[in-house]
Amino acid sequence: MSTVHLGFPAVRPQHASPSSRLRGERGFPEAAREELGDGTLRENLRRATSSIQSKRASAVREVRDWQKLRNAGSALKWQVTDHLPELLEQLEASVAAAGGVVHWARDAEEAGEIVTRLALERGAQEVLKVTSSATQEIGLDEVLGHAGIRAIESDLAELIVQLARDAPSPLLLPAIHRNRSEIREIFLATMPDLDPSITDEPAELAAAARRLLREKFLDMPGSVAISGADFAVADTGTMVVVESEGNGRMCLTLPRTLISVVGIEAIVPSFQDLEVFLQLLPRSSTGERMSPCTTLFTGVHEGDGPEEFHLVLLDNGRSAVLEDPEGRSALHCIQCSACLNVCPVYQRTGGQAYGSTYPGPIGAILSPQMTGMHGSDDPNSTLPYASSLCGACYDVCPVKINIPEVLVHLRAKDVDRRRETRGDFHGTWDVALQGASKLMASPRAYDLAVRSAGPLSSVLPGKNIGKLPGVLPLMTGWTDHRDLPKPGASFRTWWDQHEKDRAAQEPAHGPEGGSAAATTDDDPGSTDEERS
Amino acid sequence: MRISLMTTCLVDVMAPDVARATVILLERLGHEVVFDKRQTCCGQMHTNSGYYTEAAPIVRSFVDTFEPALDSVDAIVMPSGSCTGCVRDQHELVARHEGDSELEQRAAAVAAKTYELSELLADVLKVTDVGAYFPHSVTYHPTCHSMRFLKVGARPLKLLRAVEGLEMKNLPESDTCCGFGGTFSVKNDATSDAMVTDKAENVVRSGAEFVVAGDASCLMNIGGKLRRTGASPRSVHLAQILASTREDPFVPAETILGRAP
Ligand code: SF4
Repeated sequence: MSTVHLGFPAVRPQHASPSSRLRGERGFPEAAREELGDGTLRENLRRATSSIQSKRASAVREVRDWQKLRNAGSALKWQVTDHLPELLEQLEASVAAAGGVVHWARDAEEAGEIVTRLALERGAQEVLKVTSSATQEIGLDEVLGHAGIRAIESDLAELIVQLARDAPSPLLLPAIHRNRSEIREIFLATMPDLDPSITDEPAELAAAARRLLREKFLDMPGSVAISGADFAVADTGTMVVVESEGNGRMCLTLPRTLISVVGIEAIVPSFQDLEVFLQLLPRSSTGERMSPCTTLFTGVHEGDGPEEFHLVLLDNGRSAVLEDPEGRSALHCIQCSACLNVCPVYQRTGGQAYGSTYPGPIGAILSPQMTGMHGSDDPNSTLPYASSLCGACYDVCPVKINIPEVLVHLRAKDVDRRRETRGDFHGTWDVALQGASKLMASPRAYDLAVRSAGPLSSVLPGKNIGKLPGVLPLMTGWTDHRDLPKPGASFRTWWDQHEKDRAAQEPAHGPEGGSAAATTDDDPGSTDEERS
Repeated sequence: MRISLMTTCLVDVMAPDVARATVILLERLGHEVVFDKRQTCCGQMHTNSGYYTEAAPIVRSFVDTFEPALDSVDAIVMPSGSCTGCVRDQHELVARHEGDSELEQRAAAVAAKTYELSELLADVLKVTDVGAYFPHSVTYHPTCHSMRFLKVGARPLKLLRAVEGLEMKNLPESDTCCGFGGTFSVKNDATSDAMVTDKAENVVRSGAEFVVAGDASCLMNIGGKLRRTGASPRSVHLAQILASTREDPFVPAETILGRAP
């Protein structure tokens, strides 16, 4: 049983289990460097993100009270994180009352075990899977695979990924990177019965995918489907799945047994709150007024839909996120992807560079909190730095998660943790910023340094600093890509002269008139030697 | 009015003409500028990189410099959107992290009187036409902190439109970050480079002779990229345009953000 603590927990909530798909093998800067080198990827990404971005913008512009809706969404989500334990108990009771069974999974392993057991007990060799980040996060496909169960993806984008993986030369890329003709190639290579005259029209491709799924489904023993849920309503026990294709709905209604794996943060207090979220989500996510398919299901009903419903509530590090009052708003995410599409970093690097199920700005604050940041060797310690703090994500977030603020908070957490860890606070940046801090807190020394910068750099040729040899720490990160102005005489040097000129012009003003009033006894810049 | 100038560390050393232009402009408008040489830095780089403990002494130094003189000045001006943002949104945060509630209060008092240049001109000095002359085509990059955190809105544009001889050109994708982001530009240099490459291309596409903004750091980034690629547009700070007059027009130097003597 997982318990969510808000006060002083007897047991510290644990981070996500290492098997979770929440951490890449390399830090962000390196992974990004590689992704940035792929021109086709960048072009596909740019096209996809910019078109969805403008669709979102016009869908949002239509709603006159959009900011009020955002406020409502944010307030409801704060209510959720403030009262998560009570709400979860309420959800459990509501689901049970509607004939469902609730399972609690502390981490990815527990969730995987529960789902595998349920599927095996029902004799399933293949299961249909409605794409969800929670099942991806726990690596469910692989877990099921180890138990001899094959998961078939129902979502078109995910199906493409799965087929691409099965293709003669496996390719591991989500569909946003693929263009239509590439998708057609993948289909032709993996669907033996496909009519080769198929074009790359989206409708034809989608129909082909649906046909494949339906055929699969009809001869699937055990009849088990696995889904996630975008929202889990505490007061009614209702699960909500929002999708654009309808393939998911097929999986939610046809099987005998439906298992939903849902992160504990997906909860909303009451059915009425869906009014807010079902307006916020589709417009933010796909730029649609309403999602083509919004499926709501509550427990089981005789003669209608699945005969069994199992809800697996997943913690996997979420309680650890909840523990930090300044970071917990990451759990408010309704996974609309708006912040990804608008992010200038994500737009260029793509999702792979983040190494987690949750990429983009939200991933940069969610993944490291779920897994913890374990010092400078931990790839997830680099995620909070994978942002220029431009704030575009905060502007579009339908539940107003202040991502830039949380990013900076997590940087501070990472730095503080390293500061307290022996031997992990001697990096180039640590040394440089400690030194700069000392200098900038000593006006006298700083004044001297500023005045010397010009004369010292005059040894370099030219008016600007061009490419520098790689031996200089930090600087080359700048000069490899752009010129740097060469410091000349500082402003304060000019000011000394300006002050003199001004005093000479207006002698009548006396001490009050000139800026002399601002200089004080311990004014570091006013020594006679320096002025002469 | 009596206005205290906080140049920002970057401007003092790397782009001194931006501070000089701010002084020239404000004095031309009839105001008195004071400059306290004990000033160093606002601590933004440390704060945004997560070094709160190291940022704290810098914030303290900042507050020690500006707080005692608060009653004798009408405003503090910084020619930088991001540094103003740091003073306004982060100084208290850093003080809180250190558990120093006295510093927190004093920092809040300083922040309440601190303005970014276009804010000072529009909201405090209430001017639109500052009598400037700049016979060139320019394109405006709003900079993320000015646009999204300070929300300066159209203030800089109104000031620019009132400049005699100035022709505004549209900047494609103007509200996308230039990729500077402080230490981000070095820690994630490949990503930052991809961002500034696109920004510089858009500046070229705008057809303007100059790209103008209210933050020297972003201008150094964009200007540095333009120089490196050999593109002709130059970067120029809002203060430099507003300080430029018929009698003493701005002529760019070879140095990025520099002014020919
Ligand atoms: S954090 Fe990003 S994905 Fe999550 S709700 Fe906000 S904008 Fe959408």
